Amino acid sequence: MANLDIQIGNLSLKNPVMTASGTFGYGTEYADFMDIERLGGIIVKGTTAELREGNNYPRMAETPAGMLNAVGLQNKGADYFIKEIYPTIKDLDTRMIVNVSGSSVDSYVECAEKIATLDHIPAIELNISCPNVKQGGMAFGVTCAGAAEVVKAVRKVYPKTLIVKLSPNVTDITEIARAVEAEGADSVSLINTLLGMAIDAEKRKPILSTVTGGLSGPCVKPVALRMVWQTYKAVKIPIIGLGGISNAKDAIEFMLAGATAIQIGTYNFIDPTVSIKVIEGINDYCDRHGFQSARELTGALQLAH
Amino acid sequence: MKKYMLDLKVVENQRLHSNYCLLKLTTDDSLPEMLPGQFVQVRVDNSPTTFLRRPISINYVDYKNNQLWLLVQLVGDGTRAMAAYKPGDIVNLLLPLGNTFTIPSGDTAEKLLLVGGGVGTAPILFLGERLKKAGFEVTFLLGARSAADLLQLDHFNAIGKVAVTTEDGSMGEKGYVTDHSLLKSNRFDRIYTCGPKPMMMAVARYAAAQSITCEVSLENTMACGIGACLCCVEKTKENHHVCVCTEGPVFNINQLSWQI
Repeated sequence: MANLDIQIGNLSLKNPVMTASGTFGYGTEYADFMDIERLGGIIVKGTTAELREGNNYPRMAETPAGMLNAVGLQNKGADYFIKEIYPTIKDLDTRMIVNVSGSSVDSYVECAEKIATLDHIPAIELNISCPNVKQGGMAFGVTCAGAAEVVKAVRKVYPKTLIVKLSPNVTDITEIARAVEAEGADSVSLINTLLGMAIDAEKRKPILSTVTGGLSGPCVKPVALRMVWQTYKAVKIPIIGLGGISNAKDAIEFMLAGATAIQIGTYNFIDPTVSIKVIEGINDYCDRHGFQSARELTGALQLAH
Repeated sequence: MKKYMLDLKVVENQRLHSNYCLLKLTTDDSLPEMLPGQFVQVRVDNSPTTFLRRPISINYVDYKNNQLWLLVQLVGDGTRAMAAYKPGDIVNLLLPLGNTFTIPSGDTAEKLLLVGGGVGTAPILFLGERLKKAGFEVTFLLGARSAADLLQLDHFNAIGKVAVTTEDGSMGEKGYVTDHSLLKSNRFDRIYTCGPKPMMMAVARYAAAQSITCEVSLENTMACGIGACLCCVEKTKENHHVCVCTEGPVFNINQLSWQI
């Protein structure tokens, strides 16, 4: 039995396995299928200062080994979260982390300030990478200046662990990672979805109401793994790896490439208990390979063949 | 209602028609409680091009034989892979999901009409059986392209009166369900419907014009089926997006923003 606990900045997690924002609701949606308190953490659905209805239906298109979504940050707003959701999740014995999004620097700051008041939310994941909103979202995440501006502003008002979720829709993700590290981010999580598109040829129409959407699932894993590896060599802050993880082997690959922790997203839809299997699989791997702690996996890739 | 992830065993997989199969599943344990209108999410492992689970409405639960029936329309690779399941195969399901049709609590003299079209007849069978069990007399109105597309008629006939329309006139009255003479000669207290959206909208229009309570069952494309991904949304009258998988699939037409 290996030690599975890990550390993201000042935040300790009982194991490196979290569930990704937008794929796991507030955790309670999965409670019938598994013991959600076994998770290292749960990143709850993207939250904004004000209520958002999201994009029009259709919002989803299945793809080979994945899916496109164009939900567009539908949520009932930070005040609703604080009043109605938070009391129902605050005593869960796992790290509850809120994914914070916005349409302007001020709206990111407003949402982060509100979430900062919640004692049982030890961290936020700043979403500067949502491809499905017209304003804000990915617009901040695709330039160093935009990313730095929003992280700097949020850092001023948010004293707890600040994770910044990066977009893969950039030429060089390491530049963005460095820019947010320089502004005081405690960690980066990557990747968010890849911008994609689906067409119904029979109808000669796009499938998504927004035409384009975010691609996720096993099909994006090699891209995500490459970006984690590149970013690991570029920054000192811990990396949370995600993108197409569907089993323990995938998760371990991300850790070997440099991730301190990982998130499971889209695969929760296929197997709602996958995260538990990943926790057990990481433990088995550590035992088989003689690692005392899951922390030793981070960056343990051996490059020489 | 508690949701389960279960491995069920295929007892029988009948090809009812070139485009439909009836999958009967069982388990050594007793099946959990399931209600009409609810659906399951089927994991399809035998199709390389199928990634997501397939939402399939519950056609019937035969508690006597501990069997769950799924009526599957073959529309793509996933459902065609399901048609290839053989007795003894194991299928992984999430169930029961979604809300249910309303079984009226009061007067069993209420006249109930159950309208189904195409694969939308699937949950209508289970609903009819439960309504009959609750003491109601039910009338089914089933629509199809032609006689060959009308499925499970023996089962429907065993539960209630059956009226039929076909587009080519090969069985029952020619035309769409809303053209049927039954709707002119009878006054119903409640209508339930499931089928293609244009059909449900026509039924909803008839019900709204007559001030008849009407429930529709929607089949928006879904990913998770449990209210996590927010992909399957429908707009309510108040212009809010709600998940069909958790707030539905059954909606009273008064809840929806449909222009009827």
